[in-house]
Amino acid sequence: MQNRSLSFWLFLTPVIMGLGIVVVIPFLYGLFYSFTDWNGITANAFIGFENYINLFQESEFMDSIWFTVKFAVVTVILLNIMGLGLALLVTRNIKSGNLLRTVFFMPNLIGGLILGFIWQFIFISVFGDIAGLTGIEGLNGWLSTTNTGFWGLVILTAWQMAGYIMIIYIAYLENIPKELIEAAKIDGASSFQRFKNITFPLVAPAFTVSMFLTLSMAFKIYDQNLSLTNGGPFNSTQMVAMEIVRTAFSDNQMAYAQAKAVIFFLIVAVIALTQVYYNKKREVEM
Amino acid sequence: MKKNKEKRNLISIEILGLLLGLIWIAPFYLMIVNAFKTKRDIFSGVLGFPEEVVFSNFVEAFIDLAFLKSLFNSVLITGLSIAIIILFSSMAGYALARNKSKLSGVIFFIFVAAMLIPFQSVMIPLVSIFGQADMLNAGGLIFMYLGFGCSLSIFLYHGAMTGISKSMDEAAIIDGANRFQTFWYIIFPLLKPISVTVAILNVIWIWNDYLLPSLVLSESNATIPLKMFYFFGQYTKQWHLALAGLTIAILPVIIGYFFAQKQIINGVSEGAVK
Repeated sequence: MQNRSLSFWLFLTPVIMGLGIVVVIPFLYGLFYSFTDWNGITANAFIGFENYINLFQESEFMDSIWFTVKFAVVTVILLNIMGLGLALLVTRNIKSGNLLRTVFFMPNLIGGLILGFIWQFIFISVFGDIAGLTGIEGLNGWLSTTNTGFWGLVILTAWQMAGYIMIIYIAYLENIPKELIEAAKIDGASSFQRFKNITFPLVAPAFTVSMFLTLSMAFKIYDQNLSLTNGGPFNSTQMVAMEIVRTAFSDNQMAYAQAKAVIFFLIVAVIALTQVYYNKKREVEM
Repeated sequence: MKKNKEKRNLISIEILGLLLGLIWIAPFYLMIVNAFKTKRDIFSGVLGFPEEVVFSNFVEAFIDLAFLKSLFNSVLITGLSIAIIILFSSMAGYALARNKSKLSGVIFFIFVAAMLIPFQSVMIPLVSIFGQADMLNAGGLIFMYLGFGCSLSIFLYHGAMTGISKSMDEAAIIDGANRFQTFWYIIFPLLKPISVTVAILNVIWIWNDYLLPSLVLSESNATIPLKMFYFFGQYTKQWHLALAGLTIAILPVIIGYFFAQKQIINGVSEGAVK
Protein backbone atom coordinates (compact mmCIF):
# COMPACT_ATOMS: atom_id res chain seq x y z
CA MET A 1 0.00 0.00 0.00
CA GLN A 2 1.38 3.38 -0.96
CA ASN A 3 0.97 6.70 0.77
CA ARG A 4 -1.12 7.97 -2.11
CA SER A 5 -3.31 4.92 -2.37
CA LEU A 6 -6.87 5.59 -1.40
CA SER A 7 -7.23 2.27 0.43
CA PHE A 8 -4.33 3.09 2.79
CA TRP A 9 -6.16 6.16 4.04
CA LEU A 10 -9.55 4.47 4.08
CA PHE A 11 -8.17 1.75 6.31
CA LEU A 12 -6.77 4.36 8.68
CA THR A 13 -9.63 6.85 8.75
CA PRO A 14 -11.68 5.34 11.60
CA VAL A 15 -8.81 5.09 14.06
CA ILE A 16 -7.31 8.43 13.09
CA MET A 17 -10.69 10.01 13.79
CA GLY A 18 -11.01 8.06 17.02
CA LEU A 19 -7.60 8.91 18.39
CA GLY A 20 -7.77 12.45 17.04
CA ILE A 21 -11.15 13.41 18.46
CA VAL A 22 -10.86 11.48 21.72
CA VAL A 23 -7.20 11.88 22.67
CA VAL A 24 -5.10 14.23 20.52
CA ILE A 25 -7.47 17.20 20.16
CA PRO A 26 -8.61 17.16 23.82
CA PHE A 27 -4.99 16.88 24.88
CA LEU A 28 -3.94 19.91 22.84
CA TYR A 29 -7.06 21.86 23.87
CA GLY A 30 -6.28 21.00 27.48
CA LEU A 31 -2.72 22.20 27.15
CA PHE A 32 -3.97 25.50 25.75
CA TYR A 33 -6.77 25.95 28.27
CA SER A 34 -4.44 25.31 31.20
CA PHE A 35 -2.99 28.76 30.47
CA THR A 36 -6.39 30.45 30.54
CA ASP A 37 -9.29 31.02 32.92
CA TRP A 38 -11.44 28.45 31.07
CA ASN A 39 -14.63 27.46 32.90
CA GLY A 40 -15.48 24.45 30.77
CA ILE A 41 -17.37 26.40 28.14
CA THR A 42 -15.56 29.63 27.41
CA ALA A 43 -12.18 31.12 28.17
CA ASN A 44 -12.06 34.87 28.66
CA ALA A 45 -8.44 35.61 29.37
CA PHE A 46 -5.00 34.25 28.83
CA ILE A 47 -3.38 34.12 32.25
CA GLY A 48 0.01 32.60 31.52
CA PHE A 49 1.42 30.36 34.19
CA GLU A 50 -0.93 31.50 36.94
CA ASN A 51 -2.67 28.11 37.27
CA TYR A 52 0.66 26.36 37.44
CA ILE A 53 2.05 28.73 40.05
CA ASN A 54 -1.10 28.29 42.13
CA LEU A 55 -1.14 24.53 42.03
CA PHE A 56 2.37 24.26 43.39
CA GLN A 57 1.28 26.40 46.31
CA GLU A 58 -1.90 24.44 47.00
CA SER A 59 -1.29 22.12 49.91
CA GLU A 60 -4.14 19.77 49.01
CA PHE A 61 -2.70 19.07 45.56
CA MET A 62 0.88 18.74 46.77
CA ASP A 63 -0.31 16.45 49.59
CA SER A 64 -2.08 14.25 47.05
CA ILE A 65 1.11 14.00 44.98
CA TRP A 66 3.15 13.16 48.05
CA PHE A 67 0.58 10.58 49.15
CA THR A 68 0.57 9.04 45.66
CA VAL A 69 4.37 8.86 45.56
CA LYS A 70 4.49 7.10 48.93
CA PHE A 71 1.72 4.76 47.84
CA ALA A 72 3.45 4.03 44.53
CA VAL A 73 6.82 3.25 46.10
CA VAL A 74 5.38 0.87 48.69
CA THR A 75 3.03 -0.80 46.21
CA VAL A 76 5.70 -1.29 43.56
CA ILE A 77 8.08 -2.99 45.97
CA LEU A 78 5.36 -5.14 47.50
CA LEU A 79 3.80 -6.09 44.17
CA ASN A 80 7.07 -7.22 42.67
CA ILE A 81 8.03 -9.32 45.67
CA MET A 82 4.56 -10.88 45.77
CA GLY A 83 4.32 -11.32 42.01
CA LEU A 84 7.69 -13.05 41.78
CA GLY A 85 6.97 -15.12 44.89
CA LEU A 86 3.62 -16.32 43.53
CA ALA A 87 5.15 -17.04 40.13
CA LEU A 88 7.92 -19.14 41.69
CA LEU A 89 5.30 -20.95 43.74
CA VAL A 90 2.90 -21.88 40.95
CA THR A 91 5.63 -22.87 38.48
CA ARG A 92 6.98 -25.49 40.89
CA ASN A 93 5.94 -29.00 40.12
CA ILE A 94 2.86 -28.92 42.34
CA LYS A 95 -0.55 -30.41 41.59
CA SER A 96 -2.53 -27.27 42.35
CA GLY A 97 -0.32 -25.02 40.18
CA ASN A 98 -2.98 -24.22 37.59
CA LEU A 99 -5.76 -23.83 40.12
CA LEU A 100 -3.64 -21.40 42.14
CA ARG A 101 -2.81 -19.35 39.05
CA THR A 102 -6.53 -19.01 38.40
CA VAL A 103 -7.20 -18.01 42.01
CA PHE A 104 -4.38 -15.47 42.32
CA PHE A 105 -5.30 -13.84 39.04
CA MET A 106 -9.04 -13.62 39.72
CA PRO A 107 -9.22 -10.25 41.55
CA ASN A 108 -7.63 -8.66 38.52
CA LEU A 109 -10.67 -9.24 36.36
CA ILE A 110 -13.03 -7.44 38.70
CA GLY A 111 -13.14 -3.69 38.66
CA GLY A 112 -11.33 -1.66 41.30
CA LEU A 113 -14.59 0.04 42.25
CA ILE A 114 -16.31 -3.20 43.26
CA LEU A 115 -13.20 -4.58 44.95
CA GLY A 116 -12.87 -1.39 46.98
CA PHE A 117 -16.42 -1.81 48.28
CA ILE A 118 -15.75 -5.43 49.24
CA TRP A 119 -12.61 -4.44 51.12
CA GLN A 120 -14.43 -1.63 52.85
CA PHE A 121 -16.52 -4.39 54.41
CA ILE A 122 -13.41 -6.45 55.23
CA PHE A 123 -11.53 -3.57 56.83
CA ILE A 124 -14.43 -2.17 58.78
CA SER A 125 -16.66 -5.11 59.76
CA VAL A 126 -14.41 -8.17 59.50
CA PHE A 127 -11.37 -6.49 61.03
CA GLY A 128 -13.60 -5.06 63.77
CA ASP A 129 -14.98 -8.50 64.60
CA ILE A 130 -11.55 -10.08 64.62
CA ALA A 131 -10.36 -7.33 66.95
CA GLY A 132 -13.29 -8.07 69.24
CA LEU A 133 -12.48 -11.78 69.33
CA THR A 134 -8.71 -11.56 69.65
CA GLY A 135 -8.31 -8.27 71.44
CA ILE A 136 -5.87 -6.93 68.82
CA GLU A 137 -6.54 -3.20 69.12
CA GLY A 138 -4.75 -2.39 65.87
CA LEU A 139 -7.55 -3.96 63.85
CA ASN A 140 -10.12 -1.48 65.11
CA GLY A 141 -11.11 1.65 63.25
CA TRP A 142 -9.53 0.84 59.92
CA LEU A 143 -9.96 3.44 57.15
CA SER A 144 -10.81 6.06 59.75
CA THR A 145 -7.23 7.33 59.97
CA THR A 146 -4.78 8.39 57.30
CA ASN A 147 -2.43 5.59 58.17
CA THR A 148 -4.96 2.76 58.04
CA GLY A 149 -6.42 4.31 54.89
CA PHE A 150 -2.98 4.24 53.30
CA TRP A 151 -2.33 0.61 54.23
CA GLY A 152 -5.86 -0.32 53.28
CA LEU A 153 -5.22 1.00 49.78
CA VAL A 154 -1.86 -0.77 49.64
CA ILE A 155 -3.38 -4.11 50.70
CA LEU A 156 -6.28 -3.79 48.28
CA THR A 157 -4.00 -2.94 45.36
CA ALA A 158 -1.45 -5.62 46.20
CA TRP A 159 -4.18 -8.24 46.45
CA GLN A 160 -5.76 -7.10 43.20
CA MET A 161 -2.65 -6.72 41.05
CA ALA A 162 -0.25 -9.36 42.38
CA GLY A 163 -1.81 -11.99 40.11
CA TYR A 164 -1.20 -9.78 37.10
CA ILE A 165 2.47 -9.30 37.95
CA MET A 166 2.67 -13.03 38.65
CA ILE A 167 1.56 -13.69 35.05
CA ILE A 168 4.37 -11.50 33.72
CA TYR A 169 6.98 -13.25 35.83
CA ILE A 170 5.61 -16.65 34.80
CA ALA A 171 6.06 -15.74 31.13
CA TYR A 172 9.75 -15.06 31.77
CA LEU A 173 10.26 -17.99 34.15
CA GLU A 174 8.87 -20.43 31.60
CA ASN A 175 11.37 -19.18 29.05
CA ILE A 176 14.33 -20.31 31.14
CA PRO A 177 15.79 -23.44 29.49
CA LYS A 178 15.24 -26.47 31.73
CA GLU A 179 18.71 -27.77 30.79
CA LEU A 180 20.36 -24.82 32.51
CA ILE A 181 18.70 -25.62 35.82
CA GLU A 182 19.40 -29.34 35.43
CA ALA A 183 23.05 -28.72 34.63
CA ALA A 184 23.43 -26.55 37.71
CA LYS A 185 21.74 -29.22 39.82
CA ILE A 186 24.20 -31.82 38.56
CA ASP A 187 27.06 -29.48 39.37
CA GLY A 188 25.74 -29.41 42.92
CA ALA A 189 24.29 -25.88 43.08
CA SER A 190 21.80 -25.43 45.93
CA SER A 191 18.32 -24.17 45.16
CA PHE A 192 19.26 -20.75 46.50
CA GLN A 193 22.36 -20.66 44.29
CA ARG A 194 20.29 -21.73 41.30
CA PHE A 195 17.83 -18.94 42.00
CA LYS A 196 20.54 -16.34 42.51
CA ASN A 197 22.74 -17.24 39.58
CA ILE A 198 20.34 -18.53 36.93
CA THR A 199 16.72 -17.68 37.59
CA PHE A 200 17.19 -14.17 38.89
CA PRO A 201 19.45 -12.83 36.10
CA LEU A 202 17.20 -14.34 33.43
CA VAL A 203 14.09 -12.90 35.02
CA ALA A 204 15.65 -9.45 35.51
CA PRO A 205 13.98 -8.04 32.34
CA ALA A 206 10.61 -8.99 33.83
CA PHE A 207 11.56 -6.94 36.84
CA THR A 208 12.01 -3.80 34.71
CA VAL A 209 8.76 -4.44 32.84
CA SER A 210 6.73 -4.99 35.98
CA MET A 211 8.36 -2.24 37.92
CA PHE A 212 7.35 0.43 35.45
CA LEU A 213 3.99 -1.17 34.82
CA THR A 214 3.16 -1.16 38.51
CA LEU A 215 4.58 2.33 38.94
CA SER A 216 2.32 3.81 36.29
CA MET A 217 -0.65 1.76 37.51
CA ALA A 218 -0.09 3.00 41.05
CA PHE A 219 0.04 6.59 39.86
CA LYS A 220 -3.17 6.39 37.88
CA ILE A 221 -5.32 4.63 40.49
CA TYR A 222 -8.73 6.19 40.92
CA ASP A 223 -11.53 3.62 41.34
CA GLN A 224 -10.01 1.89 44.36
CA ASN A 225 -9.35 5.25 45.98
CA LEU A 226 -12.93 6.34 45.42
CA SER A 227 -14.62 3.20 46.69
CA LEU A 228 -12.33 2.31 49.58
CA THR A 229 -11.58 5.57 51.36
CA ASN A 230 -13.20 8.20 49.14
CA GLY A 231 -10.14 10.28 49.97
CA GLY A 232 -11.03 10.43 53.65
CA PRO A 233 -10.49 11.19 56.43
CA PHE A 234 -10.33 14.91 55.50
CA ASN A 235 -8.94 14.28 52.01
CA SER A 236 -5.78 12.85 53.54
CA THR A 237 -5.85 9.67 51.45
CA GLN A 238 -6.69 11.42 48.22
CA MET A 239 -4.48 10.52 45.29
CA VAL A 240 -3.61 12.74 42.33
CA ALA A 241 -6.15 11.26 39.93
CA MET A 242 -8.96 11.81 42.39
CA GLU A 243 -7.76 15.28 43.27
CA ILE A 244 -7.94 16.27 39.60
CA VAL A 245 -11.43 14.80 39.14
CA ARG A 246 -12.66 16.70 42.19
CA THR A 247 -11.11 20.01 41.22
CA ALA A 248 -12.80 19.69 37.84
CA PHE A 249 -16.20 18.20 38.56
CA SER A 250 -16.89 19.08 42.21
CA ASP A 251 -15.19 22.49 42.41
CA ASN A 252 -15.80 23.33 38.73
CA GLN A 253 -12.37 24.91 38.34
CA MET A 254 -11.78 23.53 34.87
CA ALA A 255 -8.68 25.40 33.74
CA TYR A 256 -7.01 24.95 37.09
CA ALA A 257 -7.82 21.21 37.12
CA GLN A 258 -6.48 20.97 33.59
CA ALA A 259 -3.16 22.49 34.69
CA LYS A 260 -2.97 19.77 37.34
CA ALA A 261 -3.79 17.22 34.65
CA VAL A 262 -0.88 18.48 32.55
CA ILE A 263 1.51 18.08 35.50
CA PHE A 264 0.05 14.62 36.02
CA PHE A 265 0.74 13.80 32.38
CA LEU A 266 4.35 14.96 32.73
CA ILE A 267 4.91 12.70 35.75
CA VAL A 268 3.40 9.65 34.06
CA ALA A 269 5.24 10.33 30.79
CA VAL A 270 8.60 10.66 32.54
CA ILE A 271 8.04 7.28 34.21
CA ALA A 272 7.16 5.64 30.90
CA LEU A 273 10.01 7.25 28.95
CA THR A 274 12.50 6.15 31.59
CA GLN A 275 11.31 2.62 31.01
CA VAL A 276 11.72 2.92 27.23
CA TYR A 277 15.21 4.27 27.80
CA TYR A 278 16.18 1.36 30.07
CA ASN A 279 14.74 -1.21 27.70
CA LYS A 280 16.66 0.24 24.76
CA LYS A 281 19.83 0.33 26.82
CA ARG A 282 19.51 -3.30 27.76
CA GLU A 283 18.78 -4.40 24.21
CA VAL A 284 22.06 -2.77 23.19
CA GLU A 285 23.94 -4.50 25.99
CA MET A 286 22.53 -7.91 25.08
CA MET B 1 16.92 -40.18 50.38
CA LYS B 2 17.35 -37.09 48.26
CA LYS B 3 14.21 -37.88 46.28
CA ASN B 4 12.26 -38.19 49.52
CA LYS B 5 13.43 -34.86 50.79
CA GLU B 6 12.49 -33.21 47.53
CA LYS B 7 9.08 -34.80 47.68
CA ARG B 8 8.52 -33.57 51.20
CA ASN B 9 9.60 -30.10 50.10
CA LEU B 10 7.08 -30.14 47.30
CA ILE B 11 4.32 -31.14 49.69
CA SER B 12 5.08 -28.26 52.03
CA ILE B 13 5.12 -25.89 49.07
CA GLU B 14 1.78 -27.26 47.95
CA ILE B 15 0.31 -26.70 51.40
CA LEU B 16 1.71 -23.17 51.53
CA GLY B 17 0.21 -22.49 48.11
CA LEU B 18 -3.21 -23.76 49.09
CA LEU B 19 -3.17 -21.68 52.27
CA LEU B 20 -2.29 -18.58 50.27
CA GLY B 21 -5.04 -19.46 47.82
CA LEU B 22 -7.54 -19.59 50.66
CA ILE B 23 -6.40 -16.20 51.93
CA TRP B 24 -6.79 -14.88 48.39
CA ILE B 25 -10.41 -15.89 48.05
CA ALA B 26 -11.30 -15.09 51.67
CA PRO B 27 -12.73 -11.65 50.78
CA PHE B 28 -15.08 -13.23 48.23
CA TYR B 29 -16.04 -15.93 50.71
CA LEU B 30 -16.85 -13.36 53.40
CA MET B 31 -18.84 -11.31 50.92
CA ILE B 32 -20.97 -14.26 49.83
CA VAL B 33 -21.56 -15.71 53.30
CA ASN B 34 -22.67 -12.40 54.73
CA ALA B 35 -24.88 -11.67 51.75
CA PHE B 36 -27.06 -14.55 52.98
CA LYS B 37 -27.49 -13.07 56.46
CA THR B 38 -30.13 -10.82 57.91
CA LYS B 39 -29.17 -7.34 59.01
CA ARG B 40 -29.30 -8.37 62.66
CA ASP B 41 -27.22 -11.47 61.99
CA ILE B 42 -24.45 -9.36 60.40
CA PHE B 43 -24.58 -6.98 63.32
CA SER B 44 -23.93 -9.80 65.78
CA GLY B 45 -20.95 -11.13 63.80
CA VAL B 46 -19.55 -11.41 60.27
CA LEU B 47 -17.17 -14.32 60.78
CA GLY B 48 -19.63 -17.17 61.33
CA PHE B 49 -22.17 -18.90 59.13
CA PRO B 50 -25.64 -17.37 58.74
CA GLU B 51 -28.04 -18.24 61.54
CA GLU B 52 -30.74 -18.58 58.98
CA VAL B 53 -30.03 -18.40 55.25
CA VAL B 54 -32.03 -15.65 53.60
CA PHE B 55 -32.33 -14.98 49.87
CA SER B 56 -34.34 -11.80 50.18
CA ASN B 57 -31.18 -9.63 50.11
CA PHE B 58 -30.47 -10.87 46.62
CA VAL B 59 -33.99 -10.24 45.43
CA GLU B 60 -33.96 -6.70 46.79
CA ALA B 61 -30.49 -5.94 45.44
CA PHE B 62 -31.38 -7.42 42.06
CA ILE B 63 -34.38 -5.13 41.77
CA ASP B 64 -32.62 -2.03 43.10
CA LEU B 65 -29.65 -2.52 40.82
CA ALA B 66 -32.11 -2.85 37.92
CA PHE B 67 -29.71 -5.65 37.24
CA LEU B 68 -31.03 -6.92 33.93
CA LYS B 69 -31.01 -3.41 32.54
CA SER B 70 -27.52 -2.61 33.84
CA LEU B 71 -26.27 -5.93 32.52
CA PHE B 72 -27.83 -5.20 29.15
CA ASN B 73 -26.19 -1.75 29.06
CA SER B 74 -22.82 -3.20 30.02
CA VAL B 75 -23.03 -5.98 27.43
CA LEU B 76 -24.17 -3.61 24.71
CA ILE B 77 -21.53 -0.96 25.36
CA THR B 78 -18.68 -3.42 25.89
CA GLY B 79 -19.72 -5.60 22.95
CA LEU B 80 -20.05 -2.80 20.42
CA SER B 81 -16.84 -1.14 21.60
CA ILE B 82 -14.90 -4.37 21.22
CA ALA B 83 -16.38 -5.02 17.77
CA ILE B 84 -15.34 -1.65 16.38
CA ILE B 85 -11.96 -1.71 18.14
CA ILE B 86 -11.17 -5.09 16.59
CA LEU B 87 -12.41 -4.19 13.12
CA PHE B 88 -10.81 -0.76 12.84
CA SER B 89 -7.56 -1.55 14.67
CA SER B 90 -6.88 -4.66 12.62
CA MET B 91 -7.50 -2.68 9.42
CA ALA B 92 -5.12 0.00 10.60
CA GLY B 93 -2.50 -2.48 11.79
CA TYR B 94 -2.66 -4.16 8.40
CA ALA B 95 -2.38 -0.92 6.43
CA LEU B 96 0.48 0.40 8.55
CA ALA B 97 2.41 -2.87 8.39
CA ARG B 98 2.04 -3.16 4.61
CA ASN B 99 3.18 0.41 3.95
CA LYS B 100 6.87 0.72 4.70
CA SER B 101 7.09 4.47 4.03
CA LYS B 102 8.32 7.03 6.52
CA LEU B 103 4.86 8.56 6.83
CA SER B 104 3.40 5.21 7.83
CA GLY B 105 6.09 4.89 10.48
CA VAL B 106 5.27 8.33 11.84
CA ILE B 107 1.55 7.52 12.08
CA PHE B 108 2.35 4.30 13.90
CA PHE B 109 4.61 6.18 16.27
CA ILE B 110 1.85 8.69 17.07
CA PHE B 111 -0.53 5.88 17.99
CA VAL B 112 2.04 4.27 20.25
CA ALA B 113 3.08 7.57 21.83
CA ALA B 114 -0.58 8.36 22.62
CA MET B 115 -0.50 5.48 25.09
CA LEU B 116 1.59 7.75 27.33
CA ILE B 117 -1.32 10.11 27.91
CA PRO B 118 -3.26 9.22 31.06
CA PHE B 119 -7.03 9.48 30.93
CA GLN B 120 -7.23 12.30 33.48
CA SER B 121 -5.11 14.49 31.22
CA VAL B 122 -7.71 14.56 28.45
CA MET B 123 -10.90 13.94 30.38
CA ILE B 124 -11.95 17.56 31.01
CA PRO B 125 -11.73 18.86 27.43
CA LEU B 126 -13.10 15.53 26.17
CA VAL B 127 -16.27 15.85 28.23
CA SER B 128 -16.57 19.49 27.24
CA ILE B 129 -16.19 18.78 23.50
CA PHE B 130 -18.60 15.85 23.53
CA GLY B 131 -21.02 17.81 25.66
CA GLN B 132 -21.12 20.66 23.14
CA ALA B 133 -21.65 18.16 20.33
CA ASP B 134 -24.51 16.62 22.35
CA MET B 135 -22.68 13.30 22.32
CA LEU B 136 -22.63 12.49 26.03
CA ASN B 137 -24.49 9.21 25.52
CA ALA B 138 -23.85 5.52 24.86
CA GLY B 139 -22.89 6.18 21.22
CA GLY B 140 -20.38 8.82 22.23
CA LEU B 141 -19.00 6.51 24.92
CA ILE B 142 -18.42 3.71 22.41
CA PHE B 143 -16.59 6.12 20.12
CA MET B 144 -14.44 7.23 23.07
CA TYR B 145 -13.55 3.62 23.79
CA LEU B 146 -12.38 3.29 20.19
CA GLY B 147 -10.13 6.29 20.71
CA PHE B 148 -8.68 5.04 23.98
CA GLY B 149 -8.51 1.37 22.99
CA CYS B 150 -7.13 1.57 19.45
CA SER B 151 -3.50 2.41 20.30
CA LEU B 152 -2.59 -0.79 22.12
CA SER B 153 -4.73 -2.81 19.72
CA ILE B 154 -3.01 -1.39 16.63
CA PHE B 155 0.34 -2.04 18.29
CA LEU B 156 -0.57 -5.71 18.82
CA TYR B 157 -2.00 -6.16 15.30
CA HIS B 158 1.01 -4.42 13.76
CA GLY B 159 3.29 -6.87 15.57
CA ALA B 160 1.23 -9.86 14.47
CA MET B 161 1.33 -8.73 10.82
CA THR B 162 5.07 -9.42 10.60
CA GLY B 163 4.21 -13.12 10.74
CA ILE B 164 1.92 -12.93 7.69
CA SER B 165 3.68 -13.10 4.35
CA LYS B 166 3.06 -10.44 1.73
CA SER B 167 2.59 -13.14 -0.90
CA MET B 168 -0.83 -13.75 0.68
CA ASP B 169 -1.94 -10.28 -0.37
CA GLU B 170 -0.37 -10.55 -3.80
CA ALA B 171 -2.03 -13.84 -4.59
CA ALA B 172 -5.43 -12.45 -3.64
CA ILE B 173 -4.92 -9.26 -5.64
CA ILE B 174 -3.90 -11.28 -8.72
CA ASP B 175 -7.08 -13.29 -8.30
CA GLY B 176 -8.97 -10.03 -8.64
CA ALA B 177 -9.77 -9.21 -5.01
CA ASN B 178 -9.69 -5.58 -3.97
CA ARG B 179 -7.87 -4.38 -0.88
CA PHE B 180 -10.79 -4.71 1.46
CA GLN B 181 -11.69 -8.19 0.20
CA THR B 182 -8.06 -9.23 0.59
CA PHE B 183 -8.05 -7.98 4.15
CA TRP B 184 -11.42 -9.35 5.14
CA TYR B 185 -11.21 -12.82 3.58
CA ILE B 186 -7.47 -13.55 3.76
CA ILE B 187 -5.71 -11.46 6.41
CA PHE B 188 -8.36 -10.97 9.08
CA PRO B 189 -8.95 -14.72 9.61
CA LEU B 190 -5.20 -15.20 9.99
CA LEU B 191 -5.17 -12.55 12.72
CA LYS B 192 -7.67 -14.47 14.81
CA PRO B 193 -5.28 -15.40 17.67
CA ILE B 194 -4.28 -11.78 18.20
CA SER B 195 -7.92 -10.70 17.85
CA VAL B 196 -8.72 -12.91 20.83
CA THR B 197 -5.97 -11.20 22.83
CA VAL B 198 -7.16 -7.74 21.79
CA ALA B 199 -10.74 -8.64 22.71
CA ILE B 200 -9.78 -9.96 26.15
CA LEU B 201 -7.58 -7.01 27.06
CA ASN B 202 -10.22 -4.50 26.02
CA VAL B 203 -13.13 -6.34 27.61
CA ILE B 204 -11.37 -6.35 30.98
CA TRP B 205 -10.96 -2.60 31.19
CA ILE B 206 -14.10 -1.49 29.37
CA TRP B 207 -16.38 -3.81 31.35
CA ASN B 208 -14.94 -2.57 34.63
CA ASP B 209 -14.48 1.08 33.72
CA TYR B 210 -16.19 3.46 36.11
CA LEU B 211 -14.84 6.99 35.68
CA LEU B 212 -15.57 7.53 31.99
CA PRO B 213 -19.15 6.20 32.07
CA SER B 214 -19.76 8.26 35.22
CA LEU B 215 -18.92 11.40 33.23
CA VAL B 216 -20.80 10.40 30.09
CA LEU B 217 -23.88 8.34 30.93
CA SER B 218 -27.04 9.30 32.75
CA GLU B 219 -28.27 7.03 35.51
CA SER B 220 -30.90 5.46 33.28
CA ASN B 221 -28.19 4.16 30.93
CA ALA B 222 -25.84 3.10 33.71
CA THR B 223 -23.47 0.18 33.27
CA ILE B 224 -22.92 -2.28 36.13
CA PRO B 225 -20.02 -0.43 37.86
CA LEU B 226 -21.83 2.89 37.60
CA LYS B 227 -25.08 1.47 38.95
CA MET B 228 -23.11 -0.26 41.69
CA PHE B 229 -21.73 3.09 42.77
CA TYR B 230 -25.20 4.63 43.14
CA PHE B 231 -26.50 1.49 44.79
CA PHE B 232 -23.68 1.38 47.33
CA GLY B 233 -24.13 5.02 48.21
CA GLN B 234 -27.78 4.30 48.95
CA TYR B 235 -27.05 1.37 51.24
CA THR B 236 -24.06 2.44 53.32
CA LYS B 237 -24.13 0.62 56.62
CA GLN B 238 -26.69 -1.84 55.27
CA TRP B 239 -24.12 -4.48 54.52
CA HIS B 240 -26.58 -7.32 53.95
CA LEU B 241 -27.94 -5.56 50.87
CA ALA B 242 -24.66 -4.03 49.73
CA LEU B 243 -22.91 -7.42 49.81
CA ALA B 244 -25.73 -9.13 47.95
CA GLY B 245 -25.50 -6.41 45.29
CA LEU B 246 -21.73 -6.81 45.02
CA THR B 247 -22.11 -10.58 44.66
CA ILE B 248 -24.61 -10.16 41.84
CA ALA B 249 -22.40 -7.58 40.12
CA ILE B 250 -19.40 -9.89 40.15
CA LEU B 251 -21.27 -12.95 38.93
CA PRO B 252 -21.02 -12.29 35.16
CA VAL B 253 -17.23 -11.87 35.42
CA ILE B 254 -16.80 -15.04 37.44
CA ILE B 255 -18.90 -17.01 34.96
CA GLY B 256 -16.88 -15.63 32.05
CA TYR B 257 -13.62 -16.41 33.82
CA PHE B 258 -14.76 -19.93 34.54
CA PHE B 259 -15.30 -20.67 30.86
CA ALA B 260 -12.35 -18.80 29.37
CA GLN B 261 -9.67 -18.74 32.06
CA LYS B 262 -6.97 -20.17 29.84
CA GLN B 263 -7.54 -17.69 27.02
CA ILE B 264 -7.81 -14.83 29.49
CA ILE B 265 -4.54 -15.60 31.25
CA ASN B 266 -2.72 -16.18 27.94
CA GLY B 267 -4.14 -12.99 26.48
CA VAL B 268 -3.14 -10.88 29.46
CA SER B 269 0.31 -12.44 29.45
CA GLU B 270 0.77 -11.66 25.76
CA GLY B 271 -0.48 -8.11 26.11
CA ALA B 272 1.75 -7.33 29.08
CA VAL B 273 4.99 -8.82 27.85
CA LYS B 274 4.90 -7.10 24.44
